[in-house]
Amino acid sequence: MSVVRIPPTLRTDTGGEREVIAEGDTVRDLLDDLTARFPTLESKLEYANVYVGGEDIRTRDGFETRVSASDTVILLPAMAGGSPAESAPHFPRS
Amino acid sequence: MATSSETPTVSLREAADLLAGEALFLDVREQGEWDLGHVPDALHIPLGLLEDRAADKLPDRERDIVVYCAHGRRSLAALATLRALGYGRSRHLSDGFEEWEKSGFPVVVPSTLEPDQRRRYSRHLLIPELGEAGQRRLLESSVLLIGAGGLGSPASLYLAAAGVGTLGIVDDDVVDESNLQRQIAHSTQRLGDPKVESARDTLTALNPDVKVKTFNERLTSENIDRILAEGWDVIVDGADNFPTRYLVNDASVWHGIPVVHGSIYRFEGQATVFKPGEGPCYRCLFPTPPPPELAPSCAEGGVLGVLPGVIGSLQANETIKLVAGIGEPLIGRLLLFDALSATFTEVALRRDPNCPVCGEHPTVTEYIDYAEFCAA
Ligand SMILES: [Zn+2]
Repeated sequence: MSVVRIPPTLRTDTGGEREVIAEGDTVRDLLDDLTARFPTLESKLEYANVYVGGEDIRTRDGFETRVSASDTVILLPAMAGGSPAESAPHFPRS
Repeated sequence: MATSSETPTVSLREAADLLAGEALFLDVREQGEWDLGHVPDALHIPLGLLEDRAADKLPDRERDIVVYCAHGRRSLAALATLRALGYGRSRHLSDGFEEWEKSGFPVVVPSTLEPDQRRRYSRHLLIPELGEAGQRRLLESSVLLIGAGGLGSPASLYLAAAGVGTLGIVDDDVVDESNLQRQIAHSTQRLGDPKVESARDTLTALNPDVKVKTFNERLTSENIDRILAEGWDVIVDGADNFPTRYLVNDASVWHGIPVVHGSIYRFEGQATVFKPGEGPCYRCLFPTPPPPELAPSCAEGGVLGVLPGVIGSLQANETIKLVAGIGEPLIGRLLLFDALSATFTEVALRRDPNCPVCGEHPTVTEYIDYAEFCAA
């Protein structure tokens, strides 16, 4: 169980929640729990980077990276805006 | 003609003793060498001008003179000239100024700032880490701003105030009423004017030292190399769309120019520095733009007016550090700011060896004009 921070561009998919508690011991489990509850997140998460304890999971064990209750998980989609015209998520989850 | 039985050569130690006495030190190097530092109270006459100017500048032919250059070669030639002109008590520092400096003998660096610049930048000059050398680097630097909007406004204002010598601004937009809630380089009087012109007038009014180059055009694969060819030390990316972000990234990798990146959305913003060769690039994070159907609609946008003030100021801060060569730039670190909770969070960014542009086997080797997702 960990806190997952939802970036502003994905909050329409989480009913406006800025942080969500998700169940699981690995990043994969957490994200599965998250997308089961917020299904529209799934396609967007494929284009988001995931950070555990401030580190990119690609530099750790990818989706098998273990997550403890004290870890905060940050989802990071690309943001384009210098003006607020648009913004969008990113990065294949593979 | 006066003659001297003393040896025409002085050692470093003898020169130091002579400096404490009445001897005159004569520097015969070029202006650029003199500007980087010289012996205290020395007189400067470049070797090529010595014969013409000696009589004027050195009226006392009986005075002890120590002539020097960088390594002792030009000073030997100068010594022959001086002796032929009747300066019998002239000698030369055969070890040269570089050895003098290396050995820790006194050196002064002349001020190259004008008196009004010394006043304008006095609060910079008081900071030891910046000082006159740092201010000079700022004045000699060229920074290109992508966008004269929310982020470009505060970034360009602070860079102009700091005395960055040349600011380039790329933007094809005109000032709109809805911009003025956050785009502080513009004003109500400039509605309908090209943003680059409005910004240029604001920046030069703030600091006439700054030369502003305007590019009233949208950045594309067609014009990016022409614009970058003007020579920039740093690019400040405040673009409002993905196609421009990817163009800027690819160009910065190929041209080897660091990018100070900033983006904003509602109450949250982020900043980092992409420095080719030293850290990741934008494509290391996001190899390609998201498909259009996954991008939020434009109507979902909106931004707190002060947010670009925070992020754009961070971009100016990083730019100044890169130019002045001080501090620890945000290379390989992404700073996230949440205005509502007033918190900063940092995550580590790593270079991706499989990056399509800066990786070991690049697959992107020419510019791509990605389609615009929504009208800006
Ligand atoms: Zn890269």
